[in-house]
Amino acid sequence: MDDRTKTPVADKAEWQRERELIDEVLAGNPHRFCDLIAPVERNVYFTAYEILRVPADAEEVAQEAILKAFRNLKQFRGDAKFSTWLLTITANEARLRLRKHREVSLELFKPEDEDADYTPLQLADWREIPGEALARKELAAHLSDAIAALPLIYREVLVLRDIDGLSILEAAQALEITPSNVKTRLLRARLMLRDYFVSRHLISCPVPAGRGQK
Amino acid sequence: MIALSCEEVRREISNYLDDDISPTMRRRLEAHLEQCRHCSILLDSVHNVLVLIADERRFELPAGFSARLRARLEKEFLQSGQQS
Repeated sequence: MDDRTKTPVADKAEWQRERELIDEVLAGNPHRFCDLIAPVERNVYFTAYEILRVPADAEEVAQEAILKAFRNLKQFRGDAKFSTWLLTITANEARLRLRKHREVSLELFKPEDEDADYTPLQLADWREIPGEALARKELAAHLSDAIAALPLIYREVLVLRDIDGLSILEAAQALEITPSNVKTRLLRARLMLRDYFVSRHLISCPVPAGRGQK
Repeated sequence: MIALSCEEVRREISNYLDDDISPTMRRRLEAHLEQCRHCSILLDSVHNVLVLIADERRFELPAGFSARLRARLEKEFLQSGQQS
């Protein structure tokens, strides 16, 4: 079960646990901070990694984000979950790093037709996930490239939502965009990933009868 | 019940997979999927992408990641203790 399927009760318990740990850290027991970040440090690393795609950079950004969270813990208001707050810091740090290092302007990634419908390729059947572990492993390796190939605005939504398991609302808060923007970008991101596999013939492609390839 | 077009179905695929869709829209969408092979293939394949992503979520952290993080935090804890 991922975070998205958690019950409100489990969510509330997690919230409360976070609150107690934060209070302990602020009361002068900094080591409790390790317990606070333990459940989320994996997601912190992978959020950074999926945005930066360089393991060493991802680790540095993950550490920076966690240190930043520690230093600014007093300012954490508790209107979001701590984990969401930390992942937001991570995503922002990673985007900053990306801008600095590659001199990539985020605006470059804002296609004008973001709201226009995306038409997925119509040439492949792909109903079955390959059963064999090896084939699945190969697909997973391609998935990494496929995610890397996504424009940043789609990649970051996909990472926060599908990899980190944030809710639509949490992802919207993290990226400072509207929930409806999150949904639009998420749909586009998922369709683009799917098309990545389809267009590279990484999957079996019987063309549905009566329809030609586009 | 007014039938959905393929385009309308595509717009809802993500919401459908996230179970973030009204019961009426769900019924209309499922009625369309029963009739339309293209859309049902599309839905299955996007679902497969999500299954693959779920696999990716199980990837391991780099070796020593947690130890290096803890070491850095220890330094930070010391400094913060000296400051206060």
